[in-house]
Amino acid sequence: MKNKPKTLFDKVWDSHVVTRKKDYPDLLYIDAHLIHEVTTPQAFDGLRRRKIKVARPDRTWATADHNVPTKNQHLPIKELLSKIQVEKLTKNCQEFGIRLYGMGHPFQGIVHIIGPELGITKPGMTIVCGDSHTSTHGAFGAVAFGIGTSEVEQVLASQCILQNKPKTMNIEVNGKLGKGVVSKDIILYIISKISTGGGTGYFVEYTGSTIKNLSMEARMTICNMSIEMGARGGLIAPDETTYQYMKGRPFAPKEKNWDSALRNWQTLPTDKGAKYDKRVAFDASDIEPMVTYGTNPGMGIKISQHIPTEDNFQMESQRSSFRKAVNYMNIKPGKKIQDQKVDYVFLGSCTNSRIEDLRMVAHIVKGRKKADDVEVFVVPGSRQVETQARKEGIDKILKDSGFELRGPGCSACLGMNEDKIPSGKYCISTSNRNFEGRQGPGARTFLASPLTAAASALTGRITDPRELL
Amino acid sequence: MENIDTDQIIPARFLKAVTREGFDQHLFRDWRFDSNNKPRKDFVLNDKTFKGKILVTRRNFGIGSSREHAAWALKDYGFDAVVSSFFADIFKTNALINQLLPVTVSPDFLKKLFAEIKKNPQTIVNIDIPNQIIEIKNANIKEKFPLDPYRKMCLIKGYDDINYLLNQKFDIIKFEKQRKNDFSI
Repeated sequence: MKNKPKTLFDKVWDSHVVTRKKDYPDLLYIDAHLIHEVTTPQAFDGLRRRKIKVARPDRTWATADHNVPTKNQHLPIKELLSKIQVEKLTKNCQEFGIRLYGMGHPFQGIVHIIGPELGITKPGMTIVCGDSHTSTHGAFGAVAFGIGTSEVEQVLASQCILQNKPKTMNIEVNGKLGKGVVSKDIILYIISKISTGGGTGYFVEYTGSTIKNLSMEARMTICNMSIEMGARGGLIAPDETTYQYMKGRPFAPKEKNWDSALRNWQTLPTDKGAKYDKRVAFDASDIEPMVTYGTNPGMGIKISQHIPTEDNFQMESQRSSFRKAVNYMNIKPGKKIQDQKVDYVFLGSCTNSRIEDLRMVAHIVKGRKKADDVEVFVVPGSRQVETQARKEGIDKILKDSGFELRGPGCSACLGMNEDKIPSGKYCISTSNRNFEGRQGPGARTFLASPLTAAASALTGRITDPRELL
Repeated sequence: MENIDTDQIIPARFLKAVTREGFDQHLFRDWRFDSNNKPRKDFVLNDKTFKGKILVTRRNFGIGSSREHAAWALKDYGFDAVVSSFFADIFKTNALINQLLPVTVSPDFLKKLFAEIKKNPQTIVNIDIPNQIIEIKNANIKEKFPLDPYRKMCLIKGYDDINYLLNQKFDIIKFEKQRKNDFSI
């Protein structure tokens, strides 16, 4: 009898179910557990209280990213609480035998940048981390999702997690992207259509010719922001692009193992006739450079459009959220978003801090100068990205234009380390969240692609990158 | 308010603690207090008219960051339940693990609940976990709410996930041994 056709997600999930019982969540085996300093101290305390060890230190990788400064990384962290949290991670890793790529290590970086970069992330795996942007790793055809600290403790203690199986959604994007339109624009477009809650309860598989033609790094940007529509994770079927990217990376299988692994990975893509619980399709030709105007990632518009007005919303509850957003942002409904003044530009975060992102920035700023009244943070996602950028001379191109390449970390994405946007100031940012105060108390964030953000750094205003390409 | 994110519930700058206690001071920090740490009069938690152990909020509560600190802060502050018509996934799990009950009600029930509270801030709301019923006492309006059977058992009997997982050790080791096609490490 022929097996029932299955989706990529179902194949990966089902092959990791240790036990499935009625009225219980699945007991799901986790292949790789990535940890960082913010969401783990209480979990390690739990292990100590119970007098138990980490079940599989060989499946656990640690890095310090959220608290690290991006300047003078050779010096001790200035802020005491940040310093304590990073030191606590170091101590916990020593005590429990976990490898740590801490500050100063050549592999250090944002947890979702280093996983793929080191070849830890592979197709068909289950990956978790106490961070909602764990969805990034789905770009390789892995089931990867963010968890809370109690769940981190579950995984440390047992290498398993109790989890109800989500439903599946297929988002298909077909067609050719226009000039100056990149993967960040695709995902901001999708979220603007689906809303911040439209993916809740689902795992998304992205398909279609537009997705297929993207590089691995561009695919990671898309999967990274799956959580911003409420989806627990997003994934893309592995293909030749995936394998080319992975080959030779430190934790990728070698020689004979590579061949066996490859044969297995090739069985992962969704079978013909497999059913998703929900399907949505978009046309790439409708996507433009995107920018958000409000205080959640669903409040995005095309750069050529005007900020909506209350009349665009039907329900009073939506209108009140819209009013609160425009009030916080201090922007005028109905006005053009282009030419809105920006004070800061943040190029970085687990969404857009890979080498291709920096190349995009270098491409647009080369031979041009930064606007005088704008402050710019260019923050690579990892030490390896930084090294590569310097090797390619990107640091020099940036310097000539008045930008500075900093050291790796989460930086101004979340207002937790030294890099913050001051209250009331406007920042165009390549990160993933424009929530109130996300980049610092009172900070106002416009989310955009590296091209759009870099173009805006040159003019000091929200600028359509197509004018400069 | 719709779409309340966990950065509002507990801003990232307060995530530096290495223990689970004390997050209640920073619950809704930037909505509760202004930049001089003075309480904002227009925020509901600063309004003495409204008191209780149940937080009522509009749809899509708890979006964004996976920080469990959001659930810890609400629980520490004194909330035992959050009522909304829709919750974000990670927040919902984090809340349940911490005995903070997310009660998902119909949009219509939520509307009535807000209307009743507006009419009478002393409105009593009963939440019956075993029968999964939420009731607006004086208005005599009831609704059944969904609750995961495993989580319900944990809430009622005080079970702990880690003990449960440690008891599955035999099955986990068996799974590891029998596994084929594992190229993950």
